[in-house]
Amino acid sequence: MTMTPTVQSTPEDATKLAAFEARIAAGEHIEPKDWMPERYRRQLIRMMSQHAHSECVGMLPEGNWITRAPSLRRKMTLLAKVQDEAGHGHYIYCATETLGVSRDELLDELHAGKAKYSSIFNYPTLTWADIGVIGWFVDGAAIVNQTVLAKASYGPYARAMIRICKEENFHKRQGYEICAVMSQGTDAQKAMLQDAVNRWWWPSLMMFGPPDSASSNSDELLRWKVKRYTNDELRQRFVNLTVPQAQAINVALPDPDLAYDPTSGSWRFGAIDWNEFWAVVKGHGPLNRERVAARKAAHDDGAWVRAAAEAHAAKRAARSTAAA
Amino acid sequence: MGYGTLPDEPEFGAGSDAPAPVAPLSDRAAKVVRTATSGIADNPHVEYLLRLADDRLILGQRLSEWCGHAPILEEDIALANIALDLIGEASLLLAHAGELEGHGRTNDQLAYFRDETAFRNVQLVELPNGDFAETIARVFFFSALQVPLLEQLERSTDATLAGIAAKARKEATYHLRHAGDWMLKLGDGTDESHARLQRAVEHLWPYVHELTWGDAVDDALAASGVAADVRLLAGAWRSSVERVAQAATIALPADGWKATGGRIGRHTEHLGHVLAELQSLTRAHPGATW
Repeated sequence: MTMTPTVQSTPEDATKLAAFEARIAAGEHIEPKDWMPERYRRQLIRMMSQHAHSECVGMLPEGNWITRAPSLRRKMTLLAKVQDEAGHGHYIYCATETLGVSRDELLDELHAGKAKYSSIFNYPTLTWADIGVIGWFVDGAAIVNQTVLAKASYGPYARAMIRICKEENFHKRQGYEICAVMSQGTDAQKAMLQDAVNRWWWPSLMMFGPPDSASSNSDELLRWKVKRYTNDELRQRFVNLTVPQAQAINVALPDPDLAYDPTSGSWRFGAIDWNEFWAVVKGHGPLNRERVAARKAAHDDGAWVRAAAEAHAAKRAARSTAAA
Repeated sequence: MGYGTLPDEPEFGAGSDAPAPVAPLSDRAAKVVRTATSGIADNPHVEYLLRLADDRLILGQRLSEWCGHAPILEEDIALANIALDLIGEASLLLAHAGELEGHGRTNDQLAYFRDETAFRNVQLVELPNGDFAETIARVFFFSALQVPLLEQLERSTDATLAGIAAKARKEATYHLRHAGDWMLKLGDGTDESHARLQRAVEHLWPYVHELTWGDAVDDALAASGVAADVRLLAGAWRSSVERVAQAATIALPADGWKATGGRIGRHTEHLGHVLAELQSLTRAHPGATW
């Protein structure tokens, strides 16, 4: 990844930094051509590329069910959803390029297994109910994160999030509707739904990242409005939103410690298995190898196609120059 | 080593040397019993709609296999978009076919609970995707017929079909442009892309003729003004294909063996596997609502 090396602070930088922080404090957006601290740029490249990679890798678990979707309507909405995800990935890669890093560089990192993406996509989609539950939990969690990111200080990212959130809301409603219909269905459908909820609940809570006590760089990110709330605050918000939804369709959340706390008005939940979280982050989830290999294979198998498009564009340019 | 004691030979019938007694043939013993692939349609109108619908459902299903695996993110989007258009059209056409058939079958029942031999798509659309060149060439060949066909169907005496055709024509025009652009890029691009596209065109060529194959179904619908005779569109198809092939420096093969049979339910071995995947979940839970 091409990134400007960190330079020694100079008095001039201190002045710029003060002005930068003042703009952020005043609620202004930082735009691509504005001065920004190197750490801010790096943080954004990290977050935005992870987000873009997540959209692309996320096509795989859901794509797994497009050809088997149980009705034409479900097939179409799932195709449209996965297409949206490709669109989000494309949009965020473009927004990331405004920070001076190319999509090719970011993809090389992903295919080399060096870039991170949301760990949730390293779990398999075993039944159709997984497609409903992913929409409900995973898109639901993404909305909680992204609604906040839409107010982030970096203009291109914030604007991307506003557009993306609208579509994610649609996806979440579709996912929840799949679950709601199954919850009223046959015994086999109800069992399928409960099984998917059991498998996806904890990994979904892990989507908000490590607990605040173990998160290394939250303070600066909060001050620079790269993030607006801590991981634990967002996780709690997701739980509070989701528990009543689960009750409404009569599915059990797999946590015997789940209890309402009238003082805080929040749902307390049991201990998250952070060992599992870190294992998956470090590449030891059920499908880490397979997901990266699938994306890399698509990219490698498509090299001749991209080469053809470039060669054609170059020949066309040469022909029009010759004709002029 | 022997095979043990052979059973006594029957006095007549299988395995017997003795002449069989002559019995008069039963009513069913020597006639072409009508089946799913007899090529006889009770209701040509429904049959025609199934042909249009199944082409789209199966090609859409094939294209959706690319999702997440395309050579470039823009193509993940484009191929999914084409698949979505085609499945959307199939869904409308199947619903209309089900209504006209009058047996209460919905579009989902027609898509998920018919067997291979009841499908009426051309074999072209059921072949495996192959590489990106094959995928593009197939969309190109298919769409090059759909644009002129749908233009005619917009004037169908079947108002529902005309409405679907108007929507589908706009979509097919985009599909043809997208695939045509890639024909040019691949044909003109590198030696490898040219060779792959040439190979793809040669591989698919025996299957393109079925696109403009017609039978009594087309005769009946042309007479009633429901549909255009697809056989009359062969020339328009050929010249639009030639135009792009020439620009892409791709040689169109000489006609040789021509695949046939898809329109009456006689398919390649690939369709059964496509349907096994498409229908598996739905058939495992008959009667369930999703």
